[in-house]
Amino acid sequence: MERLRRTMLFVPGNNPGMLRDAHIYGADSILFDLEDSVSMGEKNAARLLVYHSLKAIQYGNCELVVRVNPLNTPYGRQDIEAVVRAGAQVIRLPKTESVQDILDMELEIERVEKEAGIPVGRTKLMAAVESALGVLNAQSICVASKRLIGIAIGAEDYCANIKTQRTKEGLELFFARNMVLNAARAAGIAALDTVFSDVEDMDGFETEVRLIKGLGFDGKSVINPRQIGPVHRIFLPTEKEITSARRVIRALREAEARGSGVVSVDGRMVDRPVVLRAQRIIQMAVASNLIVDEEEMLDE
Amino acid sequence: MNKRDMEYLNAYGNFHAYVPGENPRIPKKSPLSLYEKQNKNNKIVKSLEEAVRLSGLKDGMTISFHHHFRAGDYIVNMVLDTLAQMGFRNLTVAASSLTTVHAPMIEHIKNGVVTGIETSGLRGELATAISHGLMERPVVFRSHGGRASAIMEHQINIDVAFLGASSCDPFGNANGYSRSNTGKTACGSLGYAKVDANYAGKVIIITDNIVDYPNTPFGISQKLVDYIVKVDAIGNPQKIMSGATRFTKNPHDLLIAEAAAKVIFHSGYFNDGFSLQTGSGGAALAVTRFLRDYMVEHNVRASYALGGITGAMVRLHEEGLIRKLLDVQSFDLDAANSLKNNRFHAQIDANYYASPFNEGAAVNQLDIVVLSALEIDVDFNVNVLTGSDGIIRGAIGGHPDTAGGASLSIIVAPLLRGRMPTIMDRVNTIVTPGHTVDVLVTDQGVAVNPRRPEIAERLKAARLDVTTIDELKARAERVVGVPEPLPFGEKIVGVVTYRDGSVIDVIHEILDENEC
Amino acid sequence: MQLIVAGIAGTMESGDILIELEATEQEGVHIDLDSTVSNQYGKQIKRVITETLKDCGIQNVYVKAVDKGALDCTIRARVTAAAHNGSKNEDFCWE
Repeated sequence: MERLRRTMLFVPGNNPGMLRDAHIYGADSILFDLEDSVSMGEKNAARLLVYHSLKAIQYGNCELVVRVNPLNTPYGRQDIEAVVRAGAQVIRLPKTESVQDILDMELEIERVEKEAGIPVGRTKLMAAVESALGVLNAQSICVASKRLIGIAIGAEDYCANIKTQRTKEGLELFFARNMVLNAARAAGIAALDTVFSDVEDMDGFETEVRLIKGLGFDGKSVINPRQIGPVHRIFLPTEKEITSARRVIRALREAEARGSGVVSVDGRMVDRPVVLRAQRIIQMAVASNLIVDEEEMLDE
Repeated sequence: MNKRDMEYLNAYGNFHAYVPGENPRIPKKSPLSLYEKQNKNNKIVKSLEEAVRLSGLKDGMTISFHHHFRAGDYIVNMVLDTLAQMGFRNLTVAASSLTTVHAPMIEHIKNGVVTGIETSGLRGELATAISHGLMERPVVFRSHGGRASAIMEHQINIDVAFLGASSCDPFGNANGYSRSNTGKTACGSLGYAKVDANYAGKVIIITDNIVDYPNTPFGISQKLVDYIVKVDAIGNPQKIMSGATRFTKNPHDLLIAEAAAKVIFHSGYFNDGFSLQTGSGGAALAVTRFLRDYMVEHNVRASYALGGITGAMVRLHEEGLIRKLLDVQSFDLDAANSLKNNRFHAQIDANYYASPFNEGAAVNQLDIVVLSALEIDVDFNVNVLTGSDGIIRGAIGGHPDTAGGASLSIIVAPLLRGRMPTIMDRVNTIVTPGHTVDVLVTDQGVAVNPRRPEIAERLKAARLDVTTIDELKARAERVVGVPEPLPFGEKIVGVVTYRDGSVIDVIHEILDENEC
Repeated sequence: MQLIVAGIAGTMESGDILIELEATEQEGVHIDLDSTVSNQYGKQIKRVITETLKDCGIQNVYVKAVDKGALDCTIRARVTAAAHNGSKNEDFCWE
């Protein structure tokens, strides 16, 4: 079963206080940032800090993602060298524009994995598209590597690139969001929405989360722990959804026990997408502590 | 009266006959108007020195103060400076608490003016100096309830009480606000001072705001007041009262508060008519915000909220979610204004609030109290008095009173403060004994005292992250390592008493840094 | 590594440690530690600083450390960063 990625908490790579406690707020993923939140003079120090923190701190069940600097900067190679060895689960490549960007990155990761004696392919990839070119190439980017587990959209750079600015309504992102979302779904990987930078505007934030949930996104990047709760709440399945999902799962179990491929609830046949959706809902409900997972066997 | 009738009566009791104008204790009927009486025949004396002389204060006596002016207090320093100039020595200061603003007391201690201290807490330079051995006699620390009962039972004999008041009329009706005018320095409730006024040998009210008689409602009645001194300023209003106490935005505190509200909801004590007190720390205060949502959603109302009252509690009351407020100390301007204007917001004294020997004390009727901690140990003993550096930096307050009285006491604290773990094998100073503490809520898990298995069961059934306190301690130590013990000396600088005056722990002087 | 100039890394923010390294004639590692938790963690902090300097191959050095409750991993990262910074060495050793 694909893991939940409702929230990815951004943590500036050169802030030891935030690195220490990043996992306690319940985000599904933590993104340790070596890129935009770290100034040029701090790149080495931040990389060392993230490296030593990843090695020493137990982050529990959080997915550990590191946003590295692009390979065309003086820092990208060292970043990969350090964080692959330190055990980052996912490397997020910013400003991805082409398949070649992914291939270059993959080559670099593979080299480090081999040198370090890490099983090749263990380190996953996530692409962030932040320009018109990246958005238009999303479809090919999403299938460029087996390591890819998701694609994210970076709205600030994208808006500058298409010569507009962000609004609360988000009409300027409508195409990019749908493009990225469809590319992700076609490739079977996760789609993550951009950050909402006004931490004080919780109402605006919640409106945007409802919007991107409606569009089909798996989750949202968050920049403050206070934004995590609202996302998880909005992604919470309703009691009705859970009840009906449970019946589907039960029917699935029964069908499997009979050795039958046909799943039916109340005499009506249930299609595969419905089964997948039901599994997703149960997974969300378990993650939100609404139900206990022992009752539900989730793996197919 | 004729003589025979009086003799007849005296067979049945001790009667004496009325003689017109004879009894000097009855003030002579005066033709003066109320206006003139207030200006001439009143308790106002011309200076603090005069009041001290009239009070009969002598070397070696005990004087008392309240801490309703918090870090804005001018009274303690003003009075001690005056007493030092007048040549007094060997005095014991019995204050309801002392704060950062009282650093000048260090000189009075060095000069022998003050040789004893009784208080709920100490902070700042004075606390640091005392922790390093400034005083010969150990400071006696008492809880608010413990102090009230010690005064009532004459373990503390107050000779003269110097009580600052935000308003007072010429005959001594004093309060922490006034319905006559807004005054300069409102503080709301005078709950701690009321006990001093009741039991002190002499009571001197010091005010910057003489108002017309009658100053009703009063916190301190005229019948208890001997002298009144008018001064220019009794305190710094900015430091006495914050505006409305603001909700924290600290994500740790919010995590803790949210978890604590959840614990309350599932504890078995969240029923219509429940009673509640929360401390004023960031996380404890924020609990009300999350609890409010549960109260609204489940249509559950509290019968009363107790203690230091904050604007947060006032808002819940105004929303109809809390029926009554019992206020021994008003923490912010919203609370003070509510006390002034709202008849369901009552001023209570420390004895009514927290006396250990009174079944009816409000703490004993509490269902739930949420309290902070500097340290807690694996036996659930709590320290709110000494910091992780071993230096005194806090106050007992009502901590042991409310923990001991409430049916459910919840401690809220972060698992770590900087590199220091909050949970230890043995707290540096026991203030509240572990057998009165029921649940610990941290930002990284909840632990229930094994004495309350039924609460642990309820929380586990609700799928809260419940673990043992040893496991929480281990979680912290996996991150920061195990701290080395502090370098304490032999000298005892503080005695920590429990509610009944018994000694529960002592504070040793702190030595200079560990050799490392 | 050889210190060419004073090597500095870290900040005075809570949870961080500010490290300044200076080469000395004197033999050994000399640490001047100012820490909010020196009573409880002073020895451990000095041990981590000394070990990390040894790993970096820096021998005769004066260390000024202002600690605001940093974890061992943070101390290790900051000392290593200061060592590289002071020896103008960009050749990091990742394990």
